Amino acid sequence: MYSKKVMEHFRSPHNLGEMKDPDGIGKIGNPVCGDLMWVYIKVEKKNGKDILKDIKVKTFGCVAAIATSSMITDLAMGKTLEEAKKITRDNIASALEGLPPIKMHCSNLAADGLHKAIEDYEKKKTKV
Amino acid sequence: MKIYLDHAATTAVDKEVIKAMLPYFDDKFGNASSLHQFGQEAKEALEKSRETVAKLINADPREIIFTSGGTESDNWAIKKIAFTNEDKGNHIITSRIEHHAVLESCEFLGKNGFKVTYLPVDRYGRVNPEDVKKAITKSTVLVTIMHANNEIGTIEPIEEIGKICKEKGVYFHTDAVQTVGKVPIDVKKMNVDLLSCSSHKLYGPKGVGFLYVKKGTKIAPMIHGGGHEFCLRSGTENIAGIVGFAKACELAQRDMEKRVKHEKKLADRLIRGVSKIPESWLNGHPEKRLPGNTNFCFKYIEGESLILHLDDKGIAASTGSACSTKSLKPSHVLTAIGLSPVDAHGSLRLTLGKDNTEKEIDYVLDVLPKIVEDLRKISPLWGK
Repeated sequence: MYSKKVMEHFRSPHNLGEMKDPDGIGKIGNPVCGDLMWVYIKVEKKNGKDILKDIKVKTFGCVAAIATSSMITDLAMGKTLEEAKKITRDNIASALEGLPPIKMHCSNLAADGLHKAIEDYEKKKTKV
Repeated sequence: MKIYLDHAATTAVDKEVIKAMLPYFDDKFGNASSLHQFGQEAKEALEKSRETVAKLINADPREIIFTSGGTESDNWAIKKIAFTNEDKGNHIITSRIEHHAVLESCEFLGKNGFKVTYLPVDRYGRVNPEDVKKAITKSTVLVTIMHANNEIGTIEPIEEIGKICKEKGVYFHTDAVQTVGKVPIDVKKMNVDLLSCSSHKLYGPKGVGFLYVKKGTKIAPMIHGGGHEFCLRSGTENIAGIVGFAKACELAQRDMEKRVKHEKKLADRLIRGVSKIPESWLNGHPEKRLPGNTNFCFKYIEGESLILHLDDKGIAASTGSACSTKSLKPSHVLTAIGLSPVDAHGSLRLTLGKDNTEKEIDYVLDVLPKIVEDLRKISPLWGK
């Protein structure tokens, strides 16, 4: 059912867990449907650009939810915020060598979660 | 290590069953309708099998109609009783926790001129016989309530419901796919008119089952054709499958007491062990349940992830989480007993069989708490 890559990330997910004092948080999903993700980010300035220094994800959900959470951190770590905003659900699915069709929709929330976390960071920044 | 704890899904065919079946593929391959000795040999095996199977549920052999399994038997009983007795009425009563073979059949009837009442269950999954009594009207033709639930193992008060149906003159069908060969069944005592059974749940081959149809029941054939199975279910009989099924029934009857004791002991050990995991509980009735069924909920985690981590450790299990199904809805059984959809996602079903060992249970108890803990650690719902 799942690709080798999905199972690899599910078995040893990268960067899953909590982050203390994050610069931005993106909460997405609905536990009633079986998937909930909280994406935490830490941002630093490098050569005048905002860079994702650290990403952590907390996930309640199926194998696909956990694997996509892990994959988004691989894809976005060290990227500028502008680059990270361009990462799509499809990018994550392809990096994972595909997802079962039914999971494309319900469990592939990590990109949206990351975008929300960046939004949260930018909102906080403008307030200051 | 490979540990199979999904016996409610299917079971391995017993070695003795395979041995009994083998001659019927080549040496004794005849068509039971043929007049020559090949045919007569097959016919004899068929009728002997019918007697063995009938004995297990205290039926008359003439009342056993072999089918392809539980789903066919459920479909036949429900749809054909409804259509054959339409002159009497158009109302059907069932419960919210039935197997999909029953629920979908009822929903089909609901779209074709019938009225269907879906009775609620209590928090253990039990149907209240009084509710059945109250729901019966002048136009009720059939009540269909399962003998034991396939997910949470709760055993329903079938005898009481059967008595009510008998008094009211309403046909009573029960899906006994999870119970035949596992708990004693007496169709006469239970007052059932129709009962579905499947072979592969009791160490027999897949693709065989039966529908018990009480003498005098007005029901149209499932399949029209050459008049096999008393003109009720045509098609050349699957003799090897039926012989295997009968052998499985014979062994189940012989070993029932031993198997029940064994499975219950293992289940109790498992339940005791799992109860040490915080924020978890057993679903279904504490006592009125199938001996080998356990169904747990673990808060804050999702079932599919749990199942696949267990699979990595060699343990085969099952869940009522939406993520394991095509529908994306959590188990209708778990929500019917009052669980929230979130909790229903965190369910784990472990169903034991005759060949499981204490050592296997201890291994599960060794690895399960760590998997639950690890999944909780990455869950945003945990420790909030």
